[in-house]
Amino acid sequence: MEDYLKTKGRIFDIQRYSIHDGNGIRTIVFLKGCVLRCRWCCNPESQKYEIETMKVQGEDKVIGRDVTVEEVMETVEKDRTYYRRTGGGLTLSGGESLCQPEFATALLRAASESGISTALESMGCANYQVIEGILPYLDQYLLDIKHMNPAKHKEFTGRSNELMLENAMRIAQSGMTELSIRVPVIPGFNDTPQEIRDIAEYTRKLGNVKRLHLLPYHRLGQDKYEGLKRPYLMGDVEPPANEKMEMLLEIASQASQVECQIGG
Amino acid sequence: MGLYTYDSTDIPKSERISKLVDDLYAKMPEIESARAVLITESYRQTENEPIIIRRAKAFRHILENIPIVIRDMELIVGSTTVAPRGCQTYPEFSYEWLEAEFDTVETRSADPFYISEKAKAELKKANEYWKGKTTSELATSYMEPETLLAIEHNIFTPGNYFYNGVGHVTVKYDEVLAIGFSGIKEKAQAELAKLSIADGDYQKKSRFLEAVMISCDAVITYARRYAALALEEAEKCSDMNRKKELLVIAQNCANVPEKGATGFYEACQSFWFVQQLLQLESSGHSISPGRFDQYMYPYYKKDLDSKRIDRAFAQELMDCIWVKLNDLNKCRDAVSAEGFAGYSLFQNLIAGGQNEEGVDVTNDLSFMSIQASMHVFLPQPSLSVRVWNGTPHEFLIKAAELTRTGIGLPAYYNDEVIIPSLVSRGLTMEDARDYNIIGCVEPQKAGKTEGWHDAAFFNMCRPLELVFSNGMDKGVQIGPKTGRVEDMKSFEEFYHAYKIQMDYAIKLLVNADNAIDMAHAERCPLPFLSSMVDDCLKRGKTVQEGGAVYNFTGPQGFGVANMADSLYAVKKLVYDEKKITMKELKEALATNYGKGLSSEDVASITSEIAGSMKEAGQAVGEREVAAILKTVVAASEAPEVKAGGERILKLIEEVPKFGNDIPEVDAFARDVAYTYTKPLLQYKNPRGGMFQAGLYPVSANVPLGAQTGATPDGRLAHTPVADGVSPSAGKDVNGPTAAANSVSRLDHYIASNGTLFNQKFHPSALSGRRGLENFVGLVRSYFDQKGSHMQFNVVSRETLLDAQKHPEQYKHLVVRVAGYSALFTTLSKSLQDDIIRRTEQGF
Repeated sequence: MEDYLKTKGRIFDIQRYSIHDGNGIRTIVFLKGCVLRCRWCCNPESQKYEIETMKVQGEDKVIGRDVTVEEVMETVEKDRTYYRRTGGGLTLSGGESLCQPEFATALLRAASESGISTALESMGCANYQVIEGILPYLDQYLLDIKHMNPAKHKEFTGRSNELMLENAMRIAQSGMTELSIRVPVIPGFNDTPQEIRDIAEYTRKLGNVKRLHLLPYHRLGQDKYEGLKRPYLMGDVEPPANEKMEMLLEIASQASQVECQIGG
Repeated sequence: MGLYTYDSTDIPKSERISKLVDDLYAKMPEIESARAVLITESYRQTENEPIIIRRAKAFRHILENIPIVIRDMELIVGSTTVAPRGCQTYPEFSYEWLEAEFDTVETRSADPFYISEKAKAELKKANEYWKGKTTSELATSYMEPETLLAIEHNIFTPGNYFYNGVGHVTVKYDEVLAIGFSGIKEKAQAELAKLSIADGDYQKKSRFLEAVMISCDAVITYARRYAALALEEAEKCSDMNRKKELLVIAQNCANVPEKGATGFYEACQSFWFVQQLLQLESSGHSISPGRFDQYMYPYYKKDLDSKRIDRAFAQELMDCIWVKLNDLNKCRDAVSAEGFAGYSLFQNLIAGGQNEEGVDVTNDLSFMSIQASMHVFLPQPSLSVRVWNGTPHEFLIKAAELTRTGIGLPAYYNDEVIIPSLVSRGLTMEDARDYNIIGCVEPQKAGKTEGWHDAAFFNMCRPLELVFSNGMDKGVQIGPKTGRVEDMKSFEEFYHAYKIQMDYAIKLLVNADNAIDMAHAERCPLPFLSSMVDDCLKRGKTVQEGGAVYNFTGPQGFGVANMADSLYAVKKLVYDEKKITMKELKEALATNYGKGLSSEDVASITSEIAGSMKEAGQAVGEREVAAILKTVVAASEAPEVKAGGERILKLIEEVPKFGNDIPEVDAFARDVAYTYTKPLLQYKNPRGGMFQAGLYPVSANVPLGAQTGATPDGRLAHTPVADGVSPSAGKDVNGPTAAANSVSRLDHYIASNGTLFNQKFHPSALSGRRGLENFVGLVRSYFDQKGSHMQFNVVSRETLLDAQKHPEQYKHLVVRVAGYSALFTTLSKSLQDDIIRRTEQGF
């Protein structure tokens, strides 16, 4: 048995039959712990590394468990037939998977070496050495860019964006993975034409980007904040209207010169 | 690479089709009396003739005299009733139920029918003749007392053929299209010429062949009546376009089905007369067109190449046939109507797949069949598609587009399982490759098979109830005495008792089916149907008497998931982990887990107690019974009973369930399914064929679930049991791939009469080309793992509303919201409302 399969990490969910994140039918493993605290985050239970309790439909649910790569792969393997038929595979999400670099790398390696395609949803917020370590095992990088302005980025997510933007450039230039840029469109944060255009222009500069996704804000996480006894800072903010998304899509298409779409 | 190139481009819907559909559904369907009156007249005149001749003469008398109509704007003619979507009655099979329901049939909840006072009077008069002469009465007299008892106690229900014709067949449409009924008549004549009047079987064979010839003539006469009517209407018609259409119709009906069809339009008309008149000869449902795209193709291709027709017109003709398939109707008794809800005739039409040589033969008409269902958007035909490794990808994408509309069509079938499965039942490889589906999910070879595919509903939960009651039901010993359940020392002993109850019930089921089979052969042999099934002409007998090449009886079991979960829970909780005693479980079941008993349950328990007291030598009078009743009610409502029930339910909930991709549980389910599928294989039917199991419920899992008490899987009394081979509703919580993996671990080959696997999706899961691709990938993956059949309920807004009310039933329902997928029931009420609102806007 290879040692890396024994690597331990902390996850909070495994979701099979995911069809909107990456190619084909996929299994998403959600890693616990994040460097950012985005106000709109729809998975607030993912943010802390510590195992915690959340009320779900009136009952206490323990969020977070420690598992080995091998254990996770047992579940991932179950849908191999579906991956083969649809070009799907394993997706790591979070949290920020790069917060558990050894575990994330080992998971991607395990999948990759057993012939299962891999994808990673991440904002690239880690030392580039970490990213460099996973690239050989990564088929698709779904990279978040939330804002081009460092101050505003810091105000809404808790951290500035320089490292992430720089990593984006290095990932693109490496040419080792299929890179897509994903932009959560958050009313009051980055939903003006100018803000979207800025991100799209940076996408063009990156070169080597397969696709740009605009992901409209949604309120799916609202109940979870209540379950965690935390305030929901987005208040009554409404999801952006379809017309608005279409307008932003048009702007993004022109400025990025890559294929753009609404949603995953 | 397939045999044909095909054109998969969409063809627009003509205005005519919308009008035909609107007209068809303008009114509640109506019961008409003409057929019953005519068949009775004919029977009265043929008292001393052989039954086969009487049947043929009756068929002729009906076709010569039944009122005919051409509906406004239709291009394909032939209607069984004057009123659209009406039905005739078939007193030779049974009639008492209809008389009993005359006054409620119009107001009942499932499939109501209007019936006029005049029709009631005429039917009453005709029915007088049939007392003591029906197939159902003869079948009853062929059944053993214990069989009748088991039916009375709802262990199984052979009601379908007990009260109706058999149907469930696909005939040689190709032969009718090629040589017409004049050709078939010549074949019968040639067989007759081979006989010597001194042959030992001369009387039997010769009368049968004569009956075939009478039937052929009758059909030709019927078509000519339509030709004359079309001419007459053309003369009166002032609209020049319609006049032209009517003249073409007149010409078509003068040529077919008497002669071979010369082109696609004639082939369509010829097909239709066969399809319609099979159902006028007998009252069977599931008379299935089968591989329409194959036998119609030569006519289509020839006309297209010679520019006699274009694709748009061919599509319009097919759409017209699709509408006509919904014009046929059938009134069932109130109980059966719930089991077959939706006025369905299950006319299964299948597209795509391989030919006899194993080459893919998906063609233009395969695509146009799917297009037709999109155009008419009606439940008939029950559209199916055949899938194998060589199926063109674009064909499945087109099928997925239809699935996405939410109509529940098509159903998907796996050649890779069905073909070897049929070969294992004695079909040649060539015949197996050419299979089509009958009714719901039952595979067979067209024109060679009398499959008796829908022979009974067998409720696998009821024998388990008998294990707990030592074979007693409502105070009557209906099953073997397998011993006191509390005394069973090991799970093996318990499981063995279940198998004994199953084996016994299956034996009675066979007795019931064979009794009915005999009755059909003696009282309702069908010469018209038999003229189109091999080898009836050569053998000189009807399909009812064993004239078909392949003979089967296929009763379907259901409740596999309930029994798998129940037996697994008993094994784990009672024997392995000893968390509850058998006595506690028995009490929990008897009291419906403390959730309240129906008055029927109370009566049943009371009579059981009274029975055992009598057996013990105690005198039980009215006063004692009243006292027992009071005790039972009080006991079932006691707080400790409720608390005990709660505790046990909670323990059961924690036991792993079938449908969650847990190999150990799934292997268990596979074995449980064998308790039904394997014992059946040893039995033979009177036609010389074997029994083979199906695992599918039609819609009977709901009404028959209502007759079933609480089960050890935590299912409450009188609630539905699981449908087909699907996991119990709400018990599969790991999503569609996990459920499909579990279901694929059952043995689908042995259930050669078909299995049924239902999955639910929100339309968003199929949105865009990518959604279709992933959906097709899911079907392919289930089939890679050797599942046999899949159908999809693409969930509508109504279902979402229901999911809000009953979240426990919809734990696995995935919805998509703004680029994000989530389990619907885990969302807050306000968000759910949000999604429902969006769905309303056509999401």
